[in-house]
Amino acid sequence: MQFKTDSSPFVGSVSHLGGVMRQVLYALIPAIIVMSYFYGWGILINIILAMIIAVSFEAVSLWLRQRPIKAFLSDYSAIVTAVLFALTLPPLVPWWILMVGLFFAIVIAKHLYGGLGYNPFNPAMVGFAVLIVSFPLEMSQWLHPRWEEGNLPNLWESLQIVFKGTHELYSQDQWDSMTMATPLDDMKTELRSHYFSEIIITDSYGWVSGRAWEWVSIAYLCGGLWLLYQKIIPWRIPVALLSALTCIALIVNLWEPDQHQTSLFYLFSGATMLGAFFIATDPVSAATTPRGQLIYGACIGFFIYIIRTWGNYPDAVAFSVLIMNMSVPMIDYFTQPRVLGAKREKS
Amino acid sequence: MSLLTKSSFWTFHGGVHPECHKAMSTQRAIQTLPLPKQLIIPVQQHIGSPAELLVTVGDTVFKGQPIATMASQQLGATIHAPSSGTIEAIKKHNIPHPSALDGLCVVLRLDGDDDWGDYQPIAYADLDQYTNKQLLARIETAGLVGLGGAAFPSFVKLKNSSKKGIETLIINAAECEPYISCDDMLMRERADEIVKGLQVLLRLLQPTRCLIGIEDNKPEAIVAIKKATTPFDNVAVCAIPTLYPSGGEKQLIKILTNKEVPDGGIPFDIGMLCHNIATVYSLYNAVIKGEPLLSRVVTVTGDGVKQPQNIETLIGTPVSDLIKQAGGYTEKAQRLIMGGPMMGFTLPHDAIPVVKASNCFLIASVSALQQTKSPHALQAQMPCIRCGKCMVACPVNLLPQQLYWHTQAKDFEKVVAHHLSSCIECGCCDFVCPSHIPLVSYFRFAKSELRSQQLTLEKANISRERHEFQEFRRQREKEERAEKRLKHKAALQRKKASAKGKNPKADAIKAAMVRANAKKVARAAEAKANSVIKKNPQDEAKGES
Repeated sequence: MQFKTDSSPFVGSVSHLGGVMRQVLYALIPAIIVMSYFYGWGILINIILAMIIAVSFEAVSLWLRQRPIKAFLSDYSAIVTAVLFALTLPPLVPWWILMVGLFFAIVIAKHLYGGLGYNPFNPAMVGFAVLIVSFPLEMSQWLHPRWEEGNLPNLWESLQIVFKGTHELYSQDQWDSMTMATPLDDMKTELRSHYFSEIIITDSYGWVSGRAWEWVSIAYLCGGLWLLYQKIIPWRIPVALLSALTCIALIVNLWEPDQHQTSLFYLFSGATMLGAFFIATDPVSAATTPRGQLIYGACIGFFIYIIRTWGNYPDAVAFSVLIMNMSVPMIDYFTQPRVLGAKREKS
Repeated sequence: MSLLTKSSFWTFHGGVHPECHKAMSTQRAIQTLPLPKQLIIPVQQHIGSPAELLVTVGDTVFKGQPIATMASQQLGATIHAPSSGTIEAIKKHNIPHPSALDGLCVVLRLDGDDDWGDYQPIAYADLDQYTNKQLLARIETAGLVGLGGAAFPSFVKLKNSSKKGIETLIINAAECEPYISCDDMLMRERADEIVKGLQVLLRLLQPTRCLIGIEDNKPEAIVAIKKATTPFDNVAVCAIPTLYPSGGEKQLIKILTNKEVPDGGIPFDIGMLCHNIATVYSLYNAVIKGEPLLSRVVTVTGDGVKQPQNIETLIGTPVSDLIKQAGGYTEKAQRLIMGGPMMGFTLPHDAIPVVKASNCFLIASVSALQQTKSPHALQAQMPCIRCGKCMVACPVNLLPQQLYWHTQAKDFEKVVAHHLSSCIECGCCDFVCPSHIPLVSYFRFAKSELRSQQLTLEKANISRERHEFQEFRRQREKEERAEKRLKHKAALQRKKASAKGKNPKADAIKAAMVRANAKKVARAAEAKANSVIKKNPQDEAKGES
């Protein structure tokens, strides 16, 4: 009897790419709920719009590159990028902001470099960085989070703001009064004239950081822990990132007490938790060796502190991640693990 | 000894848990195959070079008669006629090898008598009566090789170690590959014989301790071997956790002793020796009973055969005979694999013979080989996202994701820098890859590519050296010729010069001319005649230089 031949192993994996990416999406659900509670319809509109735009860009790019469209769309990577990107934007940004950001994320940062698996930079962060550099005004207008009922626009108003702009519904003054700088920004400005302990007890701050932001961060943290539990992401990157950030903040605070943001403030504000568990852990652009992941994570934490404290931008996760993306090939090469039986390196 | 009775062990990095499927072939006792009509015996069934034939077509051979043996100093093992009969042909035939290339085989038509003839084995009842040398000679003549799959000649392995002695003897009975159960059944049914074989090893190697590693998914075997080894206080049966590939030599040593075999080295380097349990059983046959390696236990299993079972079969039996014994094919027989589903290789047809290294023939459908609910068969290969699952699973701590990346780029320098040579092709990385990349195939490609590069380099080096030598030779010849020519020229001129001085005629003419001149000059002026005479010695001096 004749048989077909094949090469070993004949047993294949049970996990698949689409499944991994879906887990990441599930892990983002708590944060999406919390953010939607605080910032209203703008968050969901951002996410849905981003998904539609990203999938369209992805499909067109695949079509232009003559790749199988269905197989690559069903890996969910474009949707993950879209959701992560959308979560970094202020609610109710104009629709074209999303277009521009996602064009850079999907088309430039991902497909021009060879598509899934070949992008050296995190696509969502490339999109975000382009926007924060090009449209700083639009990118820093965050709505006042929900304090009491009724200060957020309803669904219809939100859609109008996104697609037509604010001027039909609100005067410039009204709109200005509805938005505010993020706690990170606000804290930085206030610290020039006040002590940290004075600022943190004011109205817009909660126990450790911005009143809405601390809850959002906790939601990201929960999602991230779930991903760790599912072994979707390596523990080393988030642990190294958060501990580096904590340590540096602690040291600076010991040096000049009460004149700087505390560790807890930095951990629970801005995109720290999002960055630690969802952005820096993007496997394609992150370091891949065990030691490399520690170095990579710690350096991102370091840069987050540096850029937030002495830089010009409201948040630093995107730039820190992009800087470290560049160093990944070198980190990986020099941190290869010791092969079984190989001589231990002299330290 | 507390060290021997401990129930917790060390572990190696990585490893995976494939579904076992071992129970399907352990329901029946080991069956013995009726004598086949014809055996196809490859002359190379071991690591090393092919054995040299001792028989020709038409010869009648007895059971146990050597039909091919190794030239002196060659690595290999003797091949015997597994039963009596006539040599029908000596020709190239398909052999079970991953390359799917043909190999030289002896086709033996059996007469059905199974007659030992002049080769009747002589049993060694009491080991103490014999010297180590005698025992080793018996192992060598028996043509024993490692039966775990690599088929390294046992004699060579034992000879070196018995000289210097070892600290720990490891018996590999992990049998970590799914589906395979031949070692399991052997331990369940023939534990006493195995222990007798083990005694031979203990006697030869004098180790301080002997550890038998058995995966804990074989409780019956563990009980049987524990019972049989009770009288020995330096032998410990270690029920190790089931984790593929714990049966890898280096992995097993790590589990049992927490020691690492140096990269590129052998266990002997750290005072250890590792033998497969089936080899130990055939040591009993070879040394105690005096029978050469003529048969082995083979698992025939999978959903492609009706009655999966273990069969004791003669070396050279065509696989089709084993299938008949196992009740024939089912309609699900899509692949014929020698070895297990993780590291085995497919065979193109079933007329291929059983060799010393055949531990299992797995006949299965493509879908049955997959894990339950695996989408693998349906899913196309996707790009690597560097998730690192392969790195976590790798039992030698490599970075398969980086190796894959550099292999794809054909950057073989980097591939070497990432220690490709340490890859044991166990398949763990494939097993966990969410992008369904056939990583092991890539690594095999890279290995063969590196090998051919190495060969090309060696070839180029040889040509370069030859070219350089040719250039050197040409230069040397040129110089020699030039020197010769110069010498020749000098000699000629010397000859000429001396001829000038010696020729009496020329002298006479010169003298005459001188005289004539002298007369002429004397007639004209005396001073001029003097200068002409002076010129002659100057000419001579010029000619000599």
